[in-house]
Amino acid sequence: MTAMDEYVLKVSNLKVTLQNQIILDNISFNVKKGTTMAILGPNAAGKSVLFRTLLNLLPHSGNIEWGEKVKIGYVPQNVAITDIPISVKEFLSIGKKINVENALSMVRLNSKSVLNKRLGVLSGGQLRRIMIAWALIDEPNILLLDEPTIGVDVESEEPIFTMLNAIKKSKKMTILLITHDIHIVREYTDYLLALNKCVTFFGKSEEIANLEVQKRIYGEPVCVKMLSEAE
Amino acid sequence: MLDTLILSLLIGIFVGLSAGYLGSLMVLEKMALVGDALSHVALPGLAIGIIFNFDPLIGAFAFLFASAVIIWYLQRVTKISFEALVGAMFTLALALGIILINDLEALEEALFGDITQVTLVHAVAAIAISIVAIFFTKVIYRKLVLAMISEDLAVSKGINVARTNLLYLFLVSLVVAMGVQIVGTLLVGFLVIVPAIAAKNLSSNMRRYSLYGAFFGLIAAVSGVLLASYLGLQPGPVVVFSGVTIFAISVVINWRLKLSA
Repeated sequence: MTAMDEYVLKVSNLKVTLQNQIILDNISFNVKKGTTMAILGPNAAGKSVLFRTLLNLLPHSGNIEWGEKVKIGYVPQNVAITDIPISVKEFLSIGKKINVENALSMVRLNSKSVLNKRLGVLSGGQLRRIMIAWALIDEPNILLLDEPTIGVDVESEEPIFTMLNAIKKSKKMTILLITHDIHIVREYTDYLLALNKCVTFFGKSEEIANLEVQKRIYGEPVCVKMLSEAE
Repeated sequence: MLDTLILSLLIGIFVGLSAGYLGSLMVLEKMALVGDALSHVALPGLAIGIIFNFDPLIGAFAFLFASAVIIWYLQRVTKISFEALVGAMFTLALALGIILINDLEALEEALFGDITQVTLVHAVAAIAISIVAIFFTKVIYRKLVLAMISEDLAVSKGINVARTNLLYLFLVSLVVAMGVQIVGTLLVGFLVIVPAIAAKNLSSNMRRYSLYGAFFGLIAAVSGVLLASYLGLQPGPVVVFSGVTIFAISVVINWRLKLSA
């Protein structure tokens, strides 16, 4: 067993059962300080459940050991904001007195243009940046991002990850992020945890390029017979 | 008569303010119908007060809060939606109320309110309870909004969402019980819903939204009581018409703002 001070999180034999269904089983992995880990997997693989379990929001068995002085910032996948008349400024200052302009500049948003806007009228990209700013306000040293670019168009995706990389470096942060995008895994993360109720792969992100690893994550390809072959 | 009118106005001011303010959360929670249906639960409480000769408002509040707790508990345990549970509860309460109150006049009073029965004690209670309800709702307002945006986010920030919701339902029960005096159990839900949806039409931030909600509640209640007294009508329906007028104006302003944007 490696000493904890090199790691911010150690998970062993984690099992989550919800409404008599096993959602996660036998999950074990470690997260090194200052790294970015991608969590990849098909829908209903238990990725968001893993985050919620790590945040102690769900009952579980097994062991979750956070490092000392860990402070977590969390961005959930789904937020219900369309119906709520709340401005960006009000949202960012819920529960705390903060310098809202600083928070916005961290996520590279022009405070003048968004500060007094209603949260529900923001673009997908702006909203995700606001959610990230909210998570950063308490100065966390670990970020859990559940699909940080969901609802964001393709062109706005890449700048968000570039921004996250810069924040990670300047704040010496550790990031765990759920994604579906292999390109993001290769370009922006150090480690990869592939899930499908259990761990299907855990290792360096660059190995996603390896065909064998892809087969383990996505299964063997099943090809249909072309018409000409069938004849 | 004048004294009754002044007392009703006082109750109207404070109940209108607090119902509008608390209602602004109820509408966001997608619990608008909960507020409405919850008010009918007061009926058997009023009936028991009338039968056993104690202040019916105490009975109303006891029934409102007890059903709020039962609904809150069942929702947590069964995960059935608030709307469905309240729907079941309120029809049960209405049936129970109508069986218990067999005097038609008393039933009409309970359903539509009767300001001639208002006393100084009622007015003082309405003022005190409204102030307390507004104060505590202000304390939990942002917590509840965060929980609406994402319950996970709220829980991860250490907010006990279940307990905060229960406190909110308790405060709503108090305010609704006070509102029953003026507009009756059938119409009091209106005071919780309509000022808030009118406010929503005109607000881009939470502060303005909650203030407008409270203000529109006050205007609807006060103008309704005054107009009803002038026209010699029941205040409940007139309060409803005042409120709907405010809502209609808000729709027009919202439409014009969108056109000019």
